[in-house]
Amino acid sequence: MSPISRGFHRRHEEAEPAGRVPPGQYVTPDFPVLSAGPTPHTPVANWTFSIEGGQSPASWTWAEFQALPAETVTVDIHCVTRWSKLDTVWKGVSLDVLLGAVSYDAPYVLAFCDGGYTTNLPVADLKDGKAWVAYSYGGSPLAPEHGGPARLLVPHLYFWKSAKWVRGLRLRETDAPGFWEMYGYHMYGDPWREQRYAGD
Amino acid sequence: MAWQTATVDSLVDETASVRTILLSVPDWAGHEAGQHLDVRLTAEDGYRAERSYSIASAPGEPVAITVERMDDGEVSPYLTEELRAGDEIELRGPIGGYFVWEPAFSGPLLLLAGGSGVVPLRAMLRHRSRVGSSVPVRLLYSARSWAEVIYRAELARLGDGVQVIYALTREQPPGWTGYARRADQAMITEVAWPVAQAPLAYVCGPTNFVEAVAADLVALGYPPAQVKTERFGATGTP
Amino acid sequence: MDALEDGVVDGNAIGGLLIEVFGTEMTTAVVTCAQCGATGQVAELAVYRPGLGTVVRCRSCDNVLMVFVQIRSVTCVDLMGLAQLA
Repeated sequence: MSPISRGFHRRHEEAEPAGRVPPGQYVTPDFPVLSAGPTPHTPVANWTFSIEGGQSPASWTWAEFQALPAETVTVDIHCVTRWSKLDTVWKGVSLDVLLGAVSYDAPYVLAFCDGGYTTNLPVADLKDGKAWVAYSYGGSPLAPEHGGPARLLVPHLYFWKSAKWVRGLRLRETDAPGFWEMYGYHMYGDPWREQRYAGD
Repeated sequence: MAWQTATVDSLVDETASVRTILLSVPDWAGHEAGQHLDVRLTAEDGYRAERSYSIASAPGEPVAITVERMDDGEVSPYLTEELRAGDEIELRGPIGGYFVWEPAFSGPLLLLAGGSGVVPLRAMLRHRSRVGSSVPVRLLYSARSWAEVIYRAELARLGDGVQVIYALTREQPPGWTGYARRADQAMITEVAWPVAQAPLAYVCGPTNFVEAVAADLVALGYPPAQVKTERFGATGTP
Repeated sequence: MDALEDGVVDGNAIGGLLIEVFGTEMTTAVVTCAQCGATGQVAELAVYRPGLGTVVRCRSCDNVLMVFVQIRSVTCVDLMGLAQLA
């Protein structure tokens, strides 16, 4: 039996449930940098975003990507490590625009990134105004440590699904676990049902 | 290696934000200079936090750790401000077979500390004194200011065979003639033992400090196997 | 070999975790990277701890050598990036 450490308590108390914060989270004004590897520094001259698989794969250079219609959105983000950050402002291209440019009927994607990170999502969770490839945060170009030049932004799922340094999506017939999912993190990751780990 | 319950014997304030905690550890198997231990705290609601701290005392001395209070920390504010003599904490150790120094190791000793990286090096210095070793030592200790130097009085009393060189990076006392900048190649070149003397180097502190200093030593010709490193991660602005 | 970023630590920091997993002191164990063949002691490897798990990488080529994830008091250990762990 571990002794109780007199007077010790967690630093961040969980937020009162008030509709905006999923269960088990606390709100932070900070934007923690959490990375599983070194920060890539891909020059935009070498950057492309691709959608692979499907009937008509597509690829955009940085210049082509910047020419696509973009949106500025304000969203809340929720990390599985329990911090939530409210009212974050991003600018990017909606996945509706990107997926709209290709022909496919696959139900899943695996997002792939500079540095080798991957994460899996259902296509349905990328459509209908739910996801972006974001290249600006808080009014400035997205910093490398936060995923720049561009990252996936899927705020309705835990933030490990919003893959940093994203370079494309591979359309798939079946759902395949990405980096963290392989080690036991939830395949879907809905913070509102507290789906942190497989089996939740 | 099991977790065991230790009792806090006494507390020593080293600086305004750094405290040494002396412990009674019933089943302590002894330790080597440079090793660390893991501390685990459990809150009443079952919440647990674990951190690693270098052992500040020499083999044979009571187990002690020196903790720096991090402003945004969860465990360090508790250990440096709340913990009292008589409290119990869980720990396991000693841990680490790489970053250790024994008097039997030959060659002059070069110790390079960035901030609280001085803690395991201080254990090495105390060990050296206790066994009466005459291995020549140079300690380069980089700290933000004189007020933030840990073990200041003790380091001044180390005596023959030990040279302590300070680099105060942010603020220096009036009349300071020592280094007043962060460690760089020129400074390392000036303080390092010549390669021909087959020195052994231990570098400990924030990651940026360790990376830069270790690279400078290798650039000077130190064989990488003779440069031991321990990185503490980020500890705030230099 | 690029300098590690602030916040990244080394194998010394996971000494306790390695004892838990392997039952013995491992920081002086020598690893061989399966991707580039570089060898080195565990203590000198790059260790990333983003909160979801612990990722240990080769200093020469950044290949993932080891991953440790602790979920519900079970530790998942992946050593697939190693050619050898002595």
